Amino acid sequence: MTAARSYPTIPPVIESPRSAPNRPRRTRTNTELYAWLFMRVSGIVLVVLVLGHLFIMNILDGGVQRINWGFVAGRWASPFWQVWDLLMLWLAMIHGTNGLRVIINDYTRRDGTRLTLKAVLYTATTITIALGTLVIFTFNPDMGS
Amino acid sequence: MTAVAERPAETRAEAPIETRPVRVKIRRYVPELNPEPYWQTFEVHALPTDRVLNLLLDIKGYQDGSLTFRRSCAHGVCGSDAMRINGVNRLACKVLVKDMPDEITIEPIKGLPLEKDLVVDMEPFFEAYRSIKPFLITYGQPPTREHIQSQADRERFDDTTKCILCAACTTSCPVYWTDGQYFGPAAIVNAHRFIFDSRDEGTEERLEILNDREGVWRCRTTFNCTEACPRGIEVTQAIAEVKKALLYRRV
Ligand code: SF4
Ligand code: FES
Repeated sequence: MTAARSYPTIPPVIESPRSAPNRPRRTRTNTELYAWLFMRVSGIVLVVLVLGHLFIMNILDGGVQRINWGFVAGRWASPFWQVWDLLMLWLAMIHGTNGLRVIINDYTRRDGTRLTLKAVLYTATTITIALGTLVIFTFNPDMGS
Repeated sequence: MTAVAERPAETRAEAPIETRPVRVKIRRYVPELNPEPYWQTFEVHALPTDRVLNLLLDIKGYQDGSLTFRRSCAHGVCGSDAMRINGVNRLACKVLVKDMPDEITIEPIKGLPLEKDLVVDMEPFFEAYRSIKPFLITYGQPPTREHIQSQADRERFDDTTKCILCAACTTSCPVYWTDGQYFGPAAIVNAHRFIFDSRDEGTEERLEILNDREGVWRCRTTFNCTEACPRGIEVTQAIAEVKKALLYRRV
């Protein structure tokens, strides 16, 4: 029989020899999931909206030549085209903004740069969306005449 | 057997081994001597059976003993010699020289801190690996018998069990190059291995980790990882399966 071997006692906590992860704190939200989903869904919808828009504006009888104040006024007289353009504005703007947000996240290294770029991006987006929405809803064919 | 026996002895002795001269252009980095990485070209006479790793060993053994790189098994099992060979991530021990042009460029894998020549600091890579909890998690009483698993259930994660942690995929990912905090394909592959394991009970925790900012949603389906994996793992598909599991909250 061999005598019972004695093993060195292991301290209760073994200190990690590794560097601690410098990952940002976990957020536990579904933001990224929804952003990802939004990109797919809005992308599909935008294919229809934008191609339809381009077709009507640039190809259908006369194309760009016939676009003038009256033409736009005529289209926006119908709630259908108002909703179409409104949807296109919102989806395209948010889709593009999210794309740029992702690129900023990918390529900026310093927190300051990221914050600045995102502030500029979100400001520009907000102004564009607000302005576009305002025009669609307050447009009056007799304006300025 | 007979074919060998019939061959005249003289021709066997005379048959020269045909070697092919190849130029091996290596991106070297010796921080003690030169703060900048530089290119150095070696000429090696390659045997028809050589792999790129043989060229490196030849250079280290006969031309410049200071050339530094990792290798261990030399048979595509340990995953220590991933490097960028002619611009793509490969295991040096799996690339045959006969499939290569006369000039072969070899660089360290990208996106991890360079230490010397072809050696990079793998710690950020393994930190990401550890943070997805790459071990079986169960709760409750210790089981009194084995966990039984059907063949169909085993099949679901079969592909991702093949990973050898060589880092070829993670360091081929453009998102990882610019953002080292992204967990990277390899960590997701190894999370997939447990998420889709019917015996494992840590699915929720792992999905939660990968649902975050630096998780699967950073993936842009570039497919570089699938292309790079020396084990032929469908890495991008594994990532997509994790995304799907998150989306439907069902594994
Ligand atoms: S998934 Fe493939 S490329 Fe990535 S670490 Fe594992 S074996 Fe290497
Ligand atoms: S040396 Fe082990 S995988 Fe190449």
